[in-house]
Amino acid sequence: MTREEILSDIKTRFQNDIIDDFDKSPARVYIEVQPRSIVPISRYIFKELGARFNIASGLDTAENIEILYHFTFEPINLLLSVRVKLDKNSPEIDSLSGEFHAANWIEREMHELLGIQFKGHPNLKRLLLSDAWPEGVFPLRQDYSEWDKKAVRDRGVK
Amino acid sequence: MKKTTIIPIGPYHPLQEEPEFFRLKVDGEKVIDLEVEIGYNHRGIEKLSERKTFDQSTFVIERICGICSTSHPFAYTRAVEDIFPMEVPPRAKYIRTIIGEGERIHSHLLWLGLAGHFLGYNTVYMWVWKLREEINDIMEILSGNRQSYAMFKPGGVRRDIKAEDFPAVLKKLESIVPTLTMLKKAVESDPVLHARTKGVGILTYEDAISYSALGPTSRASGVARDVRKDTKIGAYADADWNMIITKNGDVFDKVVVRILEMFESIKIMKFCLKNIPDGDIDADITSVPPGEGIGTYEAPRGETFHYVRSDGTNSPVRHKVRAPTFMNLPTCHSTVIGQTVADASIILAAIDPCYCCTERMAVVDPDGNAVISGRELVEMSRKKSAFIKEQMGIEKLPLDNIESL
Repeated sequence: MTREEILSDIKTRFQNDIIDDFDKSPARVYIEVQPRSIVPISRYIFKELGARFNIASGLDTAENIEILYHFTFEPINLLLSVRVKLDKNSPEIDSLSGEFHAANWIEREMHELLGIQFKGHPNLKRLLLSDAWPEGVFPLRQDYSEWDKKAVRDRGVK
Repeated sequence: MKKTTIIPIGPYHPLQEEPEFFRLKVDGEKVIDLEVEIGYNHRGIEKLSERKTFDQSTFVIERICGICSTSHPFAYTRAVEDIFPMEVPPRAKYIRTIIGEGERIHSHLLWLGLAGHFLGYNTVYMWVWKLREEINDIMEILSGNRQSYAMFKPGGVRRDIKAEDFPAVLKKLESIVPTLTMLKKAVESDPVLHARTKGVGILTYEDAISYSALGPTSRASGVARDVRKDTKIGAYADADWNMIITKNGDVFDKVVVRILEMFESIKIMKFCLKNIPDGDIDADITSVPPGEGIGTYEAPRGETFHYVRSDGTNSPVRHKVRAPTFMNLPTCHSTVIGQTVADASIILAAIDPCYCCTERMAVVDPDGNAVISGRELVEMSRKKSAFIKEQMGIEKLPLDNIESL
């Protein structure tokens, strides 16, 4: 399939789920979707269209917690990033780890670094941070100050 | 009643230089479950990058790993350039490609040596690491550093490479080929190596897709993925080279893919050195506008992925780094389960998890003279071959012809 066919296919199939799309350059496309429809869209892109799941990157913006799921269509050199915006007070989204194994670790990482809940993840425990890291302190949130008092005390440093 | 035993490997294992913890659950000799724990070495580089300027970040992320010290800056600079989008000057593209391929050869050699070491083949280890010195010397001639070349900056490269160095580099590259060919023959025909790696730790095509395996790990399973071919970055589109794909997915195929890739890398390096265009090496970026950019590069282990978001100030708002091992390590779940414990170490090592050992190695006496000569090493290697020959009742091995090289 060509680039245009893939994009129009996704747009017609999920027209109620897509909020916004941004055609940045020949190799980069961003689409923003409803958080509730991330599983069917990702499943379609990964399994039916045969894209590769690169990784997801979460970030804390002024208004929302954002996740970008990056998919690559290798034969046509297209990187499609699916953006979801989550509520900052209780960020929550369905897990993709049931669809493909590659989503498993990155969801655990985003869970501990950004405090996003992934519903249906089989093993949502810490991946990178130490066990001594305090609960409810998320180092990649904007309101995290580097020398968080709780974090320092729990690691035995005055 | 069946009894399950847990065998811990790591976090500080004498064989593996970096802390990773594998908890193998075994039933008798057979591995039935695996848990991987990482995070012992988490350095918060993504967070650190938010406090550096775009230029300074290049150095920070170069220090993520000594072995991938080109791949991370390569992907990062492409991500910054993708924010605009802008093109780097052609000469800078060629220089980037040369440095990237040099790194690939040294990284694959490093892994091959370690793989030999894992299998109890210290002759392979010594041979390969001696060969790796040559490529480190090449990088020293070109960039001034044996490791952490510091050649990259957003918009181009930091230093030029000099035409007067090229003959020496080309000569050294040529000198690597016969030794590599010898290694290839040895791997192709060594019955013990076959016995240890063929049909061991198979990653199926379906699992390679589902885990999004990258680099040689996926190409050994028949998945044709290579950022260099797909996105036509640098000088890769100009050079004539092949993507190496095999389809068995076992450890042997991963060895074969890496060895054959080194020949392709030498081809690309030679092409670039002969055809490098004149001109600027840097497209002087004065400011980075608000926006987001994604950069990828095929590191020796697989695709490195960088996501950078800018808000118009001089440092990134968010910088996401995804190293290839992050995707490849979970594939151990599908490769190691069902295998024997004795094979577990080579299977876990077959994805080339990032070992950051960059020390130089040589056997010398106190006066600094080399004690073991190349000929003596050959002699040692021959003795070992003779032993294997005797054990397996085989007449002749290609290693017997080593003297002709």
